[in-house]
Amino acid sequence: MRQALLARAEAVLEEWLRARGETPTQDTVETFRLLALHRQGARGVPSFNACRETCREIAYHYNLLAQGADERAGRMMQMLVAHLELFVRGKMEVEGLGEFCCASRPLRRDSNAEERTDG
Amino acid sequence: MSKYRKVAYYPGCALEGTGHAYNASTKAVGKALGLELDEVRDWNCCGAMEVKNIDPKVQTYLSSRVMSIAAHEMKAKVVMAPCNGCYHNLKKAEYDLAHDEASRETVDRISKKAGHETYRAGSLETIHALDWIKDGVGEEELRKRLKNSLKGLKVANYYGCMYTRPRHIFPEKDRGPGSESTSQPHFMDDLLAAAGAENVDFPLKTACCGGAHTLSDSDTSTKLVLNILRAAEAAGADVIATECPTCHSGLEMHQVRAEKVLGEKTKVRMLYFTQLLGIGLGVSPRKLSVHENVSDALGLLKEKGLA
Repeated sequence: MRQALLARAEAVLEEWLRARGETPTQDTVETFRLLALHRQGARGVPSFNACRETCREIAYHYNLLAQGADERAGRMMQMLVAHLELFVRGKMEVEGLGEFCCASRPLRRDSNAEERTDG
Repeated sequence: MSKYRKVAYYPGCALEGTGHAYNASTKAVGKALGLELDEVRDWNCCGAMEVKNIDPKVQTYLSSRVMSIAAHEMKAKVVMAPCNGCYHNLKKAEYDLAHDEASRETVDRISKKAGHETYRAGSLETIHALDWIKDGVGEEELRKRLKNSLKGLKVANYYGCMYTRPRHIFPEKDRGPGSESTSQPHFMDDLLAAAGAENVDFPLKTACCGGAHTLSDSDTSTKLVLNILRAAEAAGADVIATECPTCHSGLEMHQVRAEKVLGEKTKVRMLYFTQLLGIGLGVSPRKLSVHENVSDALGLLKEKGLA
């Protein structure tokens, strides 16, 4: 189960990267490709770090299960992967809009900030 | 005496509205612990998301005005903001003013126009309510003042995403033992443990609650919150402790919405960490405005012998 959940989490991040026109990395961070994919996915998108700890918790729960943790850790890992899916789905919908949280980058990009602050 | 014993207090807009119970319980806990709050005079909105979305430098100015009043007019050394959004924005303004010349110019220009002294980076320390109690009083002192141990209450501590992100605006965090961690925050856990609560292992403590999608895509927010609530229940929690009015209302509102729209009922209750500490310190739930919470925790508190 843990391999399947980890693969699902990686697939979510791969989807995010492909949507942004990038090739998902095959590298690993701390032996996890998931963490390398997250690092790649957050490059230039600081708000994507809002799922950094979720990815790290997925890796942690994977390790717990590898060491024989009980069913509860498995359920928790499922919820973590579900959370990552929901978060990335939300980000995909507003792709190009995210800054830290709900900021609207195009508004900033397309207008002259100096003009407004002069007011 | 700790420099946090008396601080300038910046409640922010949410604590005058949906987060009123957080405001009341923060003041009540401060009083019970002998900590003093001096509210920033004529404070304004920190710029929140609304202004930041349109023009981040104006947001920097708005936050800087609050800090200017605290530092220059009130001669405060420390300002405390219990709201994660306000706390984050003041810290961000501090960072931008220390590192970005364009931000300094904008803030200086608008401050002159507004007729108040320009805030300069480094004049004031911004802290969260968690720092205020953790460093102003500490766990040992808290234990001594405990009248009503939270023993038997299982708590999942939820910090939300703005308390620790982005890391670079919180230079005091991740400094080793005694400092707060941006990846595994623990100040709320430490304080509630000192009050006798049993903290459960909760892996979604800094996960996104979808607050940003609340109006544009409520279903995603509801599902994200539902996942957080379910994870807390799966971890064995009776209560989710919060330290941000936006996170708190998000969890409460979407718990109701999850039941109405998705037919998914969860039982875990939400309480501000200040309400829980207040109960531990013997303050009545009424004075802590527990009755104002949408998530009705009174029954649970009675069942646990805490109300």
